Amino acid sequence: MSPERQPGQARWLVRGARPLGGRPADIMIEGALITGLAGSGRDGRELVSGPGITVVEASDLIALPGLVDLHTHLREPGREDAETVASGTAAAALGGYTAVHAMANTEPVADTAGVVEQVWRLGRQAGHCDVRPVGAVTAGVNGSQLAELGAMADSAARVRVFSDDGRCVADATLMRRALEYVKAFDGVIAQHAQEPRLTQGAQVNEGEMSARLGLAGWPAVAEEAIIARDCLLAAHVGSAVHICHVSTAGSVEIIRWAKSKGWQVTAEVTPHHLLLTDELAASYDPVYKVNPPLRTAADVAALRAGLADGTIDCVATDHAPHPAESKETEWSQASSGMTGLETALRVAHEAMVNTGLLDWTALADRMSARPASIGRLRTLAGDQAQLRHGCPIAAGSPANLVLYDPEPIRPVDPAAHASRSRNSPFAGMKLPGQVVATFLRGAPTVLDGRLTS
Amino acid sequence: MNRHLISAADLSLDDAVAILDTAEELAHLAERPIPKLPTLRGRTVVNLFYEDSTRTRISFEAAAKRLSADVINFSAKGSSVAKGESLKDTALTLQAMGADAVVVRHSASGAPHRLARWVSGSVINAGDGTHEHPTQALLDAFTMRRRLGGPDGLRVTIVGDILHSRVARSNVWLLRTLGAEVTLVAPPTLLPVAVDGWPCSVSYDFDSVLPASDVVMMLRVQHERMSDAFFPSVREYSRRYGLDGDRMALLPDHAIVMHPGPMNRGVEIAAEVADSPRSTIVEQVTNGVSVRMAVLYLLLSGSREHDGLGEHGVAEKDAEKHAAGNREADKPEAGKRGAGKRRAGERELVAAGGNPSRPRTGARTRGPA
Repeated sequence: MSPERQPGQARWLVRGARPLGGRPADIMIEGALITGLAGSGRDGRELVSGPGITVVEASDLIALPGLVDLHTHLREPGREDAETVASGTAAAALGGYTAVHAMANTEPVADTAGVVEQVWRLGRQAGHCDVRPVGAVTAGVNGSQLAELGAMADSAARVRVFSDDGRCVADATLMRRALEYVKAFDGVIAQHAQEPRLTQGAQVNEGEMSARLGLAGWPAVAEEAIIARDCLLAAHVGSAVHICHVSTAGSVEIIRWAKSKGWQVTAEVTPHHLLLTDELAASYDPVYKVNPPLRTAADVAALRAGLADGTIDCVATDHAPHPAESKETEWSQASSGMTGLETALRVAHEAMVNTGLLDWTALADRMSARPASIGRLRTLAGDQAQLRHGCPIAAGSPANLVLYDPEPIRPVDPAAHASRSRNSPFAGMKLPGQVVATFLRGAPTVLDGRLTS
Repeated sequence: MNRHLISAADLSLDDAVAILDTAEELAHLAERPIPKLPTLRGRTVVNLFYEDSTRTRISFEAAAKRLSADVINFSAKGSSVAKGESLKDTALTLQAMGADAVVVRHSASGAPHRLARWVSGSVINAGDGTHEHPTQALLDAFTMRRRLGGPDGLRVTIVGDILHSRVARSNVWLLRTLGAEVTLVAPPTLLPVAVDGWPCSVSYDFDSVLPASDVVMMLRVQHERMSDAFFPSVREYSRRYGLDGDRMALLPDHAIVMHPGPMNRGVEIAAEVADSPRSTIVEQVTNGVSVRMAVLYLLLSGSREHDGLGEHGVAEKDAEKHAAGNREADKPEAGKRGAGKRRAGERELVAAGGNPSRPRTGARTRGPA
C-alpha cells in the first residue's frame, strides 16, 4: 500500500509510541504520509531503521492523530497586538494541533473571499499548522445581511464553516436563509447561541454568583432558547448547524433530543467549560471572564457527560487572546475570552481521561476525527486529499501526529506560552501532560516540546 | 479586621461589633468644643470617586478630617480619568503618592477588589456598582442599635430594587452576622434569581410583612429601572411597594423607617413618612460620619492584632508588650510626630476616653522597620 518513496523525502521512525494509548508500536513516516505501523500489538514485528531515517524514541509517549480545533481566534488581521496567525498557530502546534479554524471576527471581518484567502495564506506561510478560515455569516458580523458565502466557499481558502462567532445570528429568518444557502456547497453554520435581549450587559452566569457579586446575569435560557430554535430550523430546511461553546446542562439536553431525531446538529465544548466554574468570578479577576460565562459545577458535570456519550461532538478551544490591558481592568470593562490552544489537551486529559469518562481512543475522536468531520476536512479529495485531517493512525493516512507524555504534572505558566497573550485561566493550575512532538504532514512542527522553526 | 473593607460579608461578628462600639465612642466626640482627634495626622486618605455621590464623599471627608488625616479628593471629573486613564494606572499613581487609604466609589462591581491588588494601602469600598456598600450597612446597623438596641433579634424589612442594590446586599450580609432577621420585599423582577440562597426571607406582599417589622428600610428606585420593564409604571410600583401613611400605620409603634438617600418622595416613600418621627433618615447621615471615622480609625491607626494575615502581626504584638504602660498617646496632643514618613505596621493612638472594647488601644507601638 505504501506509495513509492520519492528521493529526498524525509523519513521518520517513531519508535515505541502507544497509538491511542494502546500497546507500543513503531510508526514509519515517509514524506507526508504514514507508511507503516507495526509493533507488539500487531504482528510483533518492529520496523527497522536505516540510512536516511531519523528515529524518534517515543516509548511511554501516547500517539494521537493531530488535533483539530474548530474554534480559534487568531486576531489577524486587525489585532496583531493580541495574536498573529504565526503566533497563534505556533501555540496550536505546541498544543498538539495540526489544523485550526480561524474565526471570522477580525478587523476587517473575514466576510469576503479576499480576507479569508489572506488568512489562509498567512497560515501557509507560518507553516505551524493548517489554518482553515471560518467565514462570517453576515457582512461585518452585523447580523443584517448575508456575507458572500459562496465566494468564500469557492475561494482558495475553500471555506465550509461559517460563523458570526462573538455575536449570535439572532434574526430567525436570516439564520434560516444561511442554513438553506450553505447546503449548495456542503457548508455548516456554527452558531454562537446567545439571545441578545436576554443578555444585555451580561457579565457572569445568572445564579448564586451573579446575585452575590452584583454582576449582571447571563441566564442559561439565553443559550438554550437559541439552540432549540436553530435545531428546529436546521431540521426544517434539512441543513447542518453546529453549536459553538455549549455551556449549560439544558443545552446538552436539547442537543441530545435533536440528535435523537436524526437532525444534522453538532456541538462543541471548550476546555474551560469542562474544568472551571463561575465561583472563580468571586475574585473579580477578568481572566475568568468569558462568553458564554463559566457556569456551575452541575453544568460542568453535564458537559462532561455529554462529551462522553457523544452528544457533544468535540472539544474546541475558543482560544481568545487579549492584550494585558484588556484584562487588567474592572470586570465589566474587561474583554471576554481565554487562551486555550496550549492547554486544551492537558485540560481534556484532566477533565475527561483522569475522571475515567473517556479513554484516549475516544478523546482522539473528540479532538481530532469529529472536529475534522464537522470542518469537512476528513473527506477532502483530489488535489486536496493530502490536506485531510482527523484520519486514523494507519498506513496511508497523512502523517499528522501528536506525541504526548501523560506523566508530568506541572503548573501552567502563561509566560512560557507561544501565544502573544497571557490570559490563561489555568495559570498556576497543576495539569497533567506535555506535548512532546507534533507532526504536520510528516514534518515535525514541535520536537522535544519546542517549536522546530 | 482585614486590611481592607470591601464587603460586609468579610466582617466577622467581632469586627462588626468593634466598628459599632468604636463609632459609639467617636460619636461623643462631636459633642466636644473641638470635635477633632489627632489620630491620623500625617496619614493620607484619598477619596477616589468615579460616580457622583456628594453625600458619601463628604461623609468620608468629614470623617477623615475629624481624625486629622490629609484628604485628597480625586473625582473622575477634571482628572486624568476623564482622559481615559485606566483604574490600574490611577491606582499606581495613588500608590506612588503614598495613599494610606483609598475610599473608592465606582460604577463597576468589584472595582475595589481590583484596586486592592494594585495599592498597598487600605481600600474602603464606598459603593461598587450593584455589589456592596459596606459602610452604609454599618451606619444602618449603628442607627438601629441607637434607636432600638440590637440589631441582634430585630426584624428588618428591606423594600425595593434588591437586584440592583448594593445597600441591600451589604445589609443582608451584615445583619445576618449581627443576628437580625431580614425580610426582602420587592416585585419578583427586582429580586436576584438565586435570592433563595440568601440568609433572609422574601415576600412579594408588603402589607403582610409590616406588622412584624421593627425596621423598614426603603430603597431608592433608580430612574433607569422605570424604562426597562421591571414594573409597569411608577404609579403601580408606588401603590404596591411604596411606603405611605396608611402602610406606616400597620407598623408596630416602636418601628423605625430608614432610607439610604437620596429619596424619591412620592415614589418609594411618601413625604408624611419621610418627615415623621419614625424616620431616621437625617440621623443616618449623622451616624454615617461616626461609622466612617470608626472604620478609618480601625483600619489605619493599627488594628493589626485582629488581622491574622497582617505581615507584621506577631512582631507588632511583641512591640506592644514592650510599649505597655506608655500612655502618652492618650493625650490629645499625641500624634505630634508630624508628617514624617510612616512605616508599615506603625500604630498610633488616640482616643478620648479610651475604648472599652479595645483596651489595648492606649498603647503606642511601632512596628519593625
